[in-house]
Amino acid sequence: MSNLLSIEDLERVDIERICARAGAFSENQRREIKKVPALRGRTVLNLFYEASTRTRSSFELAAKRLSADVVNFTASGSSTEKGESLKDTVLTLSAHRPDAIVIRCPWAGAPALLAQWTDAAIVNAGDGKHEHPTQALLDIYTLGRRLGSLDGAKIWIVGDVLHSRVARSNILGFQRMGAKVTVAGPPTLLPRGIEQLGVDVRYSLDELGEADVVYALRMQNERMQQAYLPSLREYASLFQIDQRRLGPRALLMHPGPVNRGVELSDEVVDCPQSLILEQVAAGVVVRMAVLFELLATARAFDPVNEHQPA
Amino acid sequence: MNSANEQRLFRGTAAEADLLISNVHVIDPRAKIDGRHDVAVVDGQLTELAPPGTLTAGPEAEKIDGGGRHLFPAFVDPHVHLRTPGHEHKEDIETGTRSAAAGGFCAVLAMPNTDPVVDSSSVLRSLRDAARREARVPVGFLASITVGLEGAQLTAMAELRAAGAAGFTDDGMPVADAGMLRKALQYQRMSGGVLALHEEDPSLSAGGVMNEGAVSALLGVSGIPSISESTFVARDAAIAGYEGGAVHMQHLSCVASVEAIRAAKALGYNVTAEVSPHHLCFTEEEVRTLDTRMKMNPPLRTELDRQALIAGLLDGTIDCIATDHAPHSAHEKEVPFEQAPMGTTGLESSFAACYTELVRSGLMSLEMLLEKMTCGGAIFGLSIPQITIGESANIVLVDLEQEWQVGADGYESRSENCAFGGRMLYGRVLLTVADGAVAYRQRSFAISAAPQLDEAAQ
Repeated sequence: MSNLLSIEDLERVDIERICARAGAFSENQRREIKKVPALRGRTVLNLFYEASTRTRSSFELAAKRLSADVVNFTASGSSTEKGESLKDTVLTLSAHRPDAIVIRCPWAGAPALLAQWTDAAIVNAGDGKHEHPTQALLDIYTLGRRLGSLDGAKIWIVGDVLHSRVARSNILGFQRMGAKVTVAGPPTLLPRGIEQLGVDVRYSLDELGEADVVYALRMQNERMQQAYLPSLREYASLFQIDQRRLGPRALLMHPGPVNRGVELSDEVVDCPQSLILEQVAAGVVVRMAVLFELLATARAFDPVNEHQPA
Repeated sequence: MNSANEQRLFRGTAAEADLLISNVHVIDPRAKIDGRHDVAVVDGQLTELAPPGTLTAGPEAEKIDGGGRHLFPAFVDPHVHLRTPGHEHKEDIETGTRSAAAGGFCAVLAMPNTDPVVDSSSVLRSLRDAARREARVPVGFLASITVGLEGAQLTAMAELRAAGAAGFTDDGMPVADAGMLRKALQYQRMSGGVLALHEEDPSLSAGGVMNEGAVSALLGVSGIPSISESTFVARDAAIAGYEGGAVHMQHLSCVASVEAIRAAKALGYNVTAEVSPHHLCFTEEEVRTLDTRMKMNPPLRTELDRQALIAGLLDGTIDCIATDHAPHSAHEKEVPFEQAPMGTTGLESSFAACYTELVRSGLMSLEMLLEKMTCGGAIFGLSIPQITIGESANIVLVDLEQEWQVGADGYESRSENCAFGGRMLYGRVLLTVADGAVAYRQRSFAISAAPQLDEAAQ
């Protein structure tokens, strides 16, 4: 693997290998000294065109715990505001010879363009409404630890699928791991043609009880202004995941940050069924595994030799 | 040239052609010619069509071996963007008409969405003057329907018409306000000039970058639903019918638009329609890789839509093929898909693409393709190129068996954003004669043709 551009590009074995390595890294994270020298001397460049505290700090921690050097390049206040094109920015940054570029940007497909312009390994940290592959990987990893296997699991993704890169990556990722995915939400927020991805489509939560996993998406306030929804109150009354709707054995996930009282009721966020904090913790080890996968050579330290591809 | 052409088409001065094309397979469905002939062009006029081997060339004439090649009436494209004035880094009249000549076109009509917009006779006159200096093939200019393409105020259509406007269009933008379109159609009774309409309801298409459907759902990019086009086609056909006006629907892309045109024609409305080679050859599947060359408006749609467009051409619902040649410079297209401007070039690949995809695949006869590629100007009152003795020569020499890669030798256009770039296509344009002057010679053909001059002299 030379880049991580989308979940669509990954085979099931790739996902399993990354999750296994993340599992091995998680052992280290319980130690007092969490750092391993796997990527010592390597440089990881975080190129962020959108505000993102969580994803960026998660990538930064992951790189640092692998002993890589990290440079953060945030678009605001930098050359992009002076009208420099994405290509020129990337060529300029590539001249510093980073080993990997982690990019978050509002444009679908931009990471794939970067891969054409630079030799550095590209990691997609979210491109527009297209994909967010490391989120899907960490969600698969988190679920795998709870369920053992995703084969046959019924996963409901609830909310604003239309504007969600997390939804797209997770639909593809969960399906690749053998899960059966249902998307539910108001019809204005489910993209036309989504059923052709092989998901069931529901406009109510009446059958939510069948779900083994409920994955709630973030509902953004600006959707009201754009007439996708009449009001947050109506959305919450129809689609909020609360104790009444969440099945007693169902697991609850959310990519964060949560709008308490909108897509999730206060009590379910903190209930034992909620995996939300586990997802955050998984973010670092899964991103460590991704960076390791892309950058570690035969010479490098490998904590899980047995999982190395043949 | 007929009188309409003289008033509406403009070209730079060029030497009149003297040619003898021997033993060439001439096909002109309108003139009912289909067979091998020697063809003589003297002083730019088509002077003789005779059995192969019977004509001898005058001393001035260039002798061309037409063996194994085909001679057709040259093509007319009623929808190109020459980007002049204002966007000459994408294209100008010289490069755009050179590109047209390389595609076998003997006349093109340029759209007015330039900077400034062609909404006044002074801009139009300066374009006419530029065309008289630079244009390789005769070029006509449409003026805008509304001032600045803003949809708020009609242009001085009568004055523009008198200054040589071939027709009117706000292409690139719809005339979104139905009342405004109605007034333009009422005014048309006095001014004349067909209204060419870019059909798109902005309230349905806003923010969209590709067809709305399974592929846009997968890619997570905003879709342009087909109804944004088809509802406006139906609306505007009804308005044109009510006012008795003449409208031409540009670049149809979907099933429902074809059906709306079919219904309008059945009612006897004065409605015509065009379709582009890329909508005839490609579907939204091409957008999966987010290749910005595949981003255009209207977007590539589904296979069902593509089939409906082909069927519409075959049954006459769609009158002609038009490229919507829309050049953009490399740096403008080398950006993420959602940021890229809409449009693909098409002049140089149009015939080969349609010949390969429609004729060689058995969907359409060569004769019908020739008709659809030559009649686009007639919608705007221009004459249809025809192989007629005594007329100024508008002919194209084509090697139908030659397979070539689009863009491999570069483009005559200033821009390279061709949706067909890299494809292997059949049918290479070797020579184009536009209004009596040689406008294009394919490079390797020009070199290979040179020794034959010597042989003939021996």
